[in-house]
Amino acid sequence: MVQFINMLLIGIGAGSIYALMAIAMVLVWRSTRVINFAQAGMALLSTYIGFELVQKTGNFWIALPLAMLLGALVSALIEILLIRTLIKHSTSGPVAGIVPIIATLGLLGFIRATIGFIWGNQDIQIQPPLSKVGFKFGTETIALSPMNLLVLLTVIAMVLILGFIFQKTSLGLSLRASAYSPEIAQLAGIRVGAIRTIGWAIAGAAGAAAGLLQTVNGTGAVSPDSLEFSLLLTFGFIAAVIGGLESLPGAVLGAVVLGLVLAIVQIYISGTLVFIVAFALLLIVLLVRPQGFIGSKAGRRA
Amino acid sequence: MSLVVKDLIVDHGAIRAISGVSFTVETGKLSAVIGANGAGKSTLLRTLSGLNKATEGSAHWGEHNLLHGKPESHVRKGVSHVSEGKSVVSELTVEENLDLGALWRRDKKEAAETKKQIIELFPRLGERLSQRADTLSGGERQMLAIGRALMSKPNLLLLDEPSLGLAPLVIEQIFHTIRGIVDSMKLTVVLVEQNAMGALKIADTAVVLNLGHVATSGSAADLIADPAVRAAYLGY
Repeated sequence: MVQFINMLLIGIGAGSIYALMAIAMVLVWRSTRVINFAQAGMALLSTYIGFELVQKTGNFWIALPLAMLLGALVSALIEILLIRTLIKHSTSGPVAGIVPIIATLGLLGFIRATIGFIWGNQDIQIQPPLSKVGFKFGTETIALSPMNLLVLLTVIAMVLILGFIFQKTSLGLSLRASAYSPEIAQLAGIRVGAIRTIGWAIAGAAGAAAGLLQTVNGTGAVSPDSLEFSLLLTFGFIAAVIGGLESLPGAVLGAVVLGLVLAIVQIYISGTLVFIVAFALLLIVLLVRPQGFIGSKAGRRA
Repeated sequence: MSLVVKDLIVDHGAIRAISGVSFTVETGKLSAVIGANGAGKSTLLRTLSGLNKATEGSAHWGEHNLLHGKPESHVRKGVSHVSEGKSVVSELTVEENLDLGALWRRDKKEAAETKKQIIELFPRLGERLSQRADTLSGGERQMLAIGRALMSKPNLLLLDEPSLGLAPLVIEQIFHTIRGIVDSMKLTVVLVEQNAMGALKIADTAVVLNLGHVATSGSAADLIADPAVRAAYLGY
């Protein structure tokens, strides 16, 4: 029983952080039709900025929103300075459509190298703001610490806020209309260029939150070639794709399903199978239901 | 205020889609632009609304230069464009599609009033506010597209083939509605149509385009009576 509860807790906990990353990827995809492989690099940069802010302010809960804000700014700048130009100019030639995507791969390497240049290649350590010892029920310790709980609640709060913004506000309506049909949005008077930048900015903030929360939830250590961030990118991407790549609820659902499946494998079978299962899940969903859990029947838009 | 297009030239890459088109539409009038497929009708509208770039010439709506700036700026100057093929966002609800047209407006109270008027004009939309736009019939979708454009409180409305893909009875209804809008809202309308007869019947003036040139133009009644136009475009 305890094992089963632990499985749920680990799965949902991990899934919640993948969800933030998946949301970031979906937002970028929807606003500019780019798969942003640099998302992990941007999250890593935000985490390093968060590390500096924790040093300066001494308070993780002040550092987190500030790092998200700066993450949003960096992301917006990348859209304005790099992606916008690439999309405008990559109209002909054999790789035209994927030039921006290739550029994000280049950007991932560039950001990681730059971080190494500034902060060095050794680990930095961010102190977790709360205890990471699991809650006790009688003699049993469950796989949920105060830190885990707070991370989970923070993610849930962020997802609810994003959901509210997207469904209930004018900004949300502009973001959705520009994603589904940029030309009609433009004809309706929406400044689509600015809306795209805002989409990237929100993605940058979500990625920053994913990076920082994952770090304090885990070992607290980060380095420029951190394995955890590669996994965050991979699992966030898988979650986004199996969720349909178009839908925010889909991204959250995909992330929770992925987290749970990986937790089941890890606890009941073997930790060494986690990657095989993660990628197998991606391939199976692509084969059986290519539009993802929540995606239009007409298939994915190009 | 009137729409004045002078010596307009538009190129699609190496192909000249519009070669030297001039015409004028007086305020409060409905002008039909008719012509065969590939005559440049849609290109003309897309250029006036800022979606396509002109190569040469000029186009003004009153003082406002239509060849400068993006569609989102033109909307703010009172120019609304309903593009070809039921221009609604399928994934959004009917109400969201309507709201879309007024997002840029600061006068939120007046915008709510506009929405009320549009729902009065198209009661079918009012019954389906919370439905997704792709559940609507073709005619309803066209009404929604026009409703969305009206939400921007335009004084110049550019309509691209509103009759496309609709049943004859629905087409008649849509044309009737368009004429009604012109009369009741004092709008100026440029109506691009393949359905030449239907368009000429409701129009005040008309421009006949052929391969990017103005073949003839004048009052709609005169054009209907013109044997050459009848033979070439009206089929009798």
